Amino acid sequence: MTTRKTELMVGLFVILTIAATLLLAINVANKGLASDDQTYTLYAKFDNIGGLQPRSAVRVGGVTIGRVDRIYLDPEDFTPVVVLQISSQYNTFPDTTSVAILTSGLLGEQYVGLQPGFAFDDPYILANGDYIEDTKSALVLEDLIGQFLFSRDSE
Amino acid sequence: MIQKIIDIGHNTLNTIATFGRAFLMLVGALCAAPKIKNVRLTIQQIYVVGVQSLLIIIVSGLFIGMVMALQGYTILVNYGAEGSLGPMVALSLLRELGPVVTALLFAGRAGSALTAEIGLMKATEQLSSLEMMAVDPLRRVVAPRFWAGLIAMPMLALIFSAVGILGGHLVGVDWLGVDAGSYWSIMQATVEWDKDVVNGIIKSIVFAFVVTWIAIFKGYDAIPTSEGISQATTQTVVYSSLTVLGLDFVLTALMFGIN
Repeated sequence: MTTRKTELMVGLFVILTIAATLLLAINVANKGLASDDQTYTLYAKFDNIGGLQPRSAVRVGGVTIGRVDRIYLDPEDFTPVVVLQISSQYNTFPDTTSVAILTSGLLGEQYVGLQPGFAFDDPYILANGDYIEDTKSALVLEDLIGQFLFSRDSE
Repeated sequence: MIQKIIDIGHNTLNTIATFGRAFLMLVGALCAAPKIKNVRLTIQQIYVVGVQSLLIIIVSGLFIGMVMALQGYTILVNYGAEGSLGPMVALSLLRELGPVVTALLFAGRAGSALTAEIGLMKATEQLSSLEMMAVDPLRRVVAPRFWAGLIAMPMLALIFSAVGILGGHLVGVDWLGVDAGSYWSIMQATVEWDKDVVNGIIKSIVFAFVVTWIAIFKGYDAIPTSEGISQATTQTVVYSSLTVLGLDFVLTALMFGIN
C-alpha cells in the first residue's frame, strides 16, 4: 500500500516536471496563443520591420489594442508583411489610418503604432483581412547615420 | 617545527585517502549491474528526496521570482525598459538561480537527511549486518539513493525555474502593470532553448552529482557515534554548499564566459 502511494507521488512529481519543462519550452522558447477574446486581423507591409517580434504590442496613443500575430516575407515583392490581431472592440479605423513601427523608450522593445486617419464624410472602415496602405518602417540607426553623413558631405 | 611538517603531511595523506574512499564508494555503488528490485528502491528514494522537497522548492521559487521582478522593475523602470523584466527574470532563473538555489536547498533538505540516515545505519551496524547477510550495502543502500538524487534534483531545478518565472509574472504583470505581451514576447526572443535552458539543466545535473555524492559519502564515512553523525551532517551542508558555489563559477565561465 505504501509502495503504491509512493509510486503515485513520484508519478505526480514526474508529471509536474514535464509540465514545468513544457512551460519553459512553449512559453519561454516559443509562443503559444494566449488571448481568447474576439479579434480581427489587419495586414501591413513594411520596407523594414527592424526588431519587431511576434506578440509585440499594437498601440494607439499608448493604449494596447492588439498584438502582432506573425511576420512573414511576401514571396512576390520580398517585403515583410506584419499580421496584426486587433481586439474587435476597436473595429472602426478608417482606411486613412497609418501604421508605424516605433520604439518604446530609448532602448526599449519595438511595437506597432496605429495613427487613426481623418474620417471624411463616408470613410471606408478597415475590416478583417484588409491591408493598411500607409506604413512607416522602423528606424534603423545605421541608415540614419548614413543619411546624416551623406548630407554633411554634400554641403 | 618537525611536528608541524608531520601534521601537514598527515593532513595531506588523510585528505587524499578520503578522496580515494569516496571514489571507491562511488565506483562500488555505480558499477554494479542494476537489478529490477533496485529500481523499486530508487523510486522509493526519489519519493524521499524529490517529492518531499517539492514544497520548499516551489515556495522558494515563487518568492525568488517575485522578489526579482520587484527589484528588477524598480531599476528597469528608470530607463523605461520594464519590458525587459521578462528576460531578466527568466535568464537569471534558468542560468543561475534555478540550479544553484535548488542545489543549496537540496543540500539542506535532502542531503543532510541522507547523511544522517546512512550515518545512523552505520552507527547501529545495519550496514555491517547487511554485509553479514551477503548483501552489498553499496548496491542496496547507497546506489538507489545516489540515483534518486541525480534524477530528482534536475527535475526540482526545472520546477523551480518555471515557478519562479510565473512568480515574476505575478508581480511584474499582475501587480506592477508590465505589459503581459512584452513580458513573454521579449523573453521568448531572448531565451534560447539549447543555450539557456539546456545549460541550466546540465548545471543542475552536475550539482546533483556533487551534492548527492558528498551527502552519501559523509554518511558512509561518518564516525559511528552520535557526535560523529552530527559532525558529518554539518559537513555535508557546508561542503556541498561551498562546492556548488565554486563549481557554479567554473561552469558559468565555461558555458557563458568564453565565446
